[in-house]
Amino acid sequence: MPVLVYAENAGGKFKKSTFEAVSYAKAIADATNTGLTAISIGDVAAADLAALGNYGAEKVLNVANDKLKNFVNQAYASVIAEAAKAEGADIVVLSNSFSGRGLAPRIGVKLQAGVADGAVALPSIEGGKFTVKKTAFSGKAFATVELTSAIKVVSLTPNSYKVVDGGADAAVEDFAVETKESDFKAMIKDIVRSADKVSLPDAEIVVSGGRGLKGPENWGLVEELAELLGAATACSKPVSDAGWRPHSEHVGQTGIAVSPNLYIAIGISGAIQHLAGVSSSKVIVVINKDADAPFFKVADYGIVGDAFEVLPKLIAAVKAYKASA
Amino acid sequence: MTKILVCISNVPDTTTKITFTDNNTQFNTNGVQFILNPYDEIALARAIELTDGGKGSVTVINVGEAATDATIRKALAIGATDAVRINAKPHDAWYVAYQIAEYVKANPFDLILTGRESIDYNGSKVAGMLGELLDIPSVSIIKKLDLDGSTATVEREIEGGKEVLSIPMPFVAGTAEGVAEPKIPNMRGIMGARTKPLTVVEPAEVKTFSEVLSYETPAPRGQVKLVDAGDPAQLVELLHTQARVI
Repeated sequence: MPVLVYAENAGGKFKKSTFEAVSYAKAIADATNTGLTAISIGDVAAADLAALGNYGAEKVLNVANDKLKNFVNQAYASVIAEAAKAEGADIVVLSNSFSGRGLAPRIGVKLQAGVADGAVALPSIEGGKFTVKKTAFSGKAFATVELTSAIKVVSLTPNSYKVVDGGADAAVEDFAVETKESDFKAMIKDIVRSADKVSLPDAEIVVSGGRGLKGPENWGLVEELAELLGAATACSKPVSDAGWRPHSEHVGQTGIAVSPNLYIAIGISGAIQHLAGVSSSKVIVVINKDADAPFFKVADYGIVGDAFEVLPKLIAAVKAYKASA
Repeated sequence: MTKILVCISNVPDTTTKITFTDNNTQFNTNGVQFILNPYDEIALARAIELTDGGKGSVTVINVGEAATDATIRKALAIGATDAVRINAKPHDAWYVAYQIAEYVKANPFDLILTGRESIDYNGSKVAGMLGELLDIPSVSIIKKLDLDGSTATVEREIEGGKEVLSIPMPFVAGTAEGVAEPKIPNMRGIMGARTKPLTVVEPAEVKTFSEVLSYETPAPRGQVKLVDAGDPAQLVELLHTQARVI
């Protein structure tokens, strides 16, 4: 019984979080001595489909149906559940992306499967006991959850599993599936995707600003640093509440939880709600003029200083580093 | 008349320091204040706005034991019309979704809202599971919700952008920041909440598929390494050679 992984695409292209999910699913398949089948839905180039083999997929089911060109979670969940049945898969893996969150629970119900959302490590499978570690309490803790159902659905937190490549091209097969009308009640009217900005949940580096930046007019420094580092921009709750930045940038307990390789916090004091959202970051840098700011207690590197003096120097230093690299 | 159901959770206050007892198998509730889940507050606020002025009603539903009544009364004080509590421990998202779906099958609604996730288990699962159990559309994380007759326009969050959807009612949606500003109950609301109907329903039998075995808190970080404010180039050097993140 192979592992099935859903290979999500954005506008026809696979994302890094997809390669992470495929690599993660491959490790599970290896641990259970079985193969890995990937399923792609939508309009993805044949070469990109075959290239999923690079990350461990042996077979790729391609669902190229005009009605399924754009993501509708109800219909996609039906297709993925059908593929799981057709393949006899007992473990279904997907990314815990925004779309993944719409899919996993529906797939779980269809397959009468337990769902482990937001996994941060490989599952442990011993003596028929399937357990997996996931985030809980909005990043303040982790929970180890046992799935007791015959079929299991696991969604992987982006940036928490390394992409493993080096495999050969996968065999691509068309997967035909009957769709039912009632799965298409939700109609997409518009998709807005900014191509030039790094998406916050996927970002490997995040540059985040707080009230210490004093006003939205000062975000140019944050944006310049982010652009130099190929980073996404983020902010604290008071900043998005004040309307300086959009809610989609709010990192914290009631905003978005991120797990980048590098989180740079500028002018953020580090309230417990904010720290919850960044605790999974691999390296944290804090720049704050208040040496007693709680954020320094959970930081790896810090600069005690005024953001308006430090940032221009830091930007210059990054430029110099990039010029020499 | 639009009938809206808002699913609410009783969660630890956002300032709670999370600790565990019994060999890290139980969440330590000692001294913890429980609140209405912040994302559910957004759902409730939007439901009240959409039904304001006699355009409909807002029922809140919670799967929980008697201790959650205080949070349910808060939702009534904010402006819900009535409340239902399914008298059971919320074992996991599947259990909660199943109980609510059973209730909705007997008592239909035009629109079902949940918060995008609860801030304790963060599963974002109840909305999707409810949609599947009721065979209606579900949208997991929405930033905007407007109604026009029996059709809604919602904005769904996607990585680096948004998607605008048109969905006929009934459907389920998980609300996030942007949908509405949470409402604070006024004195009249608080007084009125005491007499609003809160119906307690016994749960349906259902098998569950997951068990939390243990908890842990993130590993503490080492001592912060401070870099002189006048020399950020040193920070860049450390991030490159020591942390290896750039």
